Amino acid sequence: MPDALPRSEVPDGQGPTELDAIDRRLIVATQAGLPRVARPYDLLAKQLAMPPEDVLRRLQRMIDLGVIRRIGAVPNHYALGYTANGMSVWDVADERIDDLGARVGALEFVTHCYRRPRRLPDWPYNLFAMVHGKTRDEVLAQVAGIAALLGADCRAYDVLFSTAILKKTGLRISE
Amino acid sequence: MAERLAPATLDDIDRRLINALQGDFPLVREPYRQVAESLGLGEDELLRRLDLLLERRVLTRFGPMFQIERAGGAFVLAAMKVPEADFDRVAAQVNAFPEVAHNYRREHALNMWFVLATATPEGIPKAIAAIEAVTGLPVFPFPKEREYFVEMKLRA
Repeated sequence: MPDALPRSEVPDGQGPTELDAIDRRLIVATQAGLPRVARPYDLLAKQLAMPPEDVLRRLQRMIDLGVIRRIGAVPNHYALGYTANGMSVWDVADERIDDLGARVGALEFVTHCYRRPRRLPDWPYNLFAMVHGKTRDEVLAQVAGIAALLGADCRAYDVLFSTAILKKTGLRISE
Repeated sequence: MAERLAPATLDDIDRRLINALQGDFPLVREPYRQVAESLGLGEDELLRRLDLLLERRVLTRFGPMFQIERAGGAFVLAAMKVPEADFDRVAAQVNAFPEVAHNYRREHALNMWFVLATATPEGIPKAIAAIEAVTGLPVFPFPKEREYFVEMKLRA
């Protein structure tokens, strides 16, 4: 990977940060998961030939920089009973979307909320909000909540329910 | 190839463990022991249950969640309109790409939605071209232009 990329190539304010070769080795060593042993960071330290304190310090730094969102478990939402998974998509005015996106993202049942490009004429939607529920009715009620919040700012919307997880491995990059 | 959609059978301890592990995992030398103590469990039991939850795919992974763009990489949502008769073939072809991090079937004319994760932004158009070549179908990228909120936590 290059050390740094021009800011223009990544979304606003979410550009790459300064990571060195050791950080990258730590990313590669943990992207499949954290070792499930009593001292997982010590094991990583041994693999990377560095002191355990350095592993902890570097991981904390990557959390502080936003390279790591958090360390934890990613549930399969179907297994937890969240069998209704809806990608709600909305057509709102470009000049209003930042304000509206922040408000939709703040709803407690929205897990991800992004602005994405339209693909006209087939796809007029520019605001994406993922919602999860135990039933379709629950998701549709949540979608109705978003529609109410957007009010007249919503020109069109749809909700795409998922019917199967075809693959879910998380990211894999090489060093 | 599609995973079953039925909820898993979980006991109360599994649920408490899943909820606790979706928080910030401690950056200390013996983090599992610390979490186990907070739940009134033995460390060995926590590790055994965590292994089982991963093996049963109740959890899809356990570890750091990276925001790949901050590490110079790219992460792009993309969709395809796949004819019903070809769906399984195309799903197998798409899933075979290591750049495809996850892939969902959805009810829409655009019926396959997947995320491409690559080490550099240049990897995205290459992966899209390769997928189009193998499947014979166009790929529609939906790169994120702005992120308003991301917090994938679900109460077990």
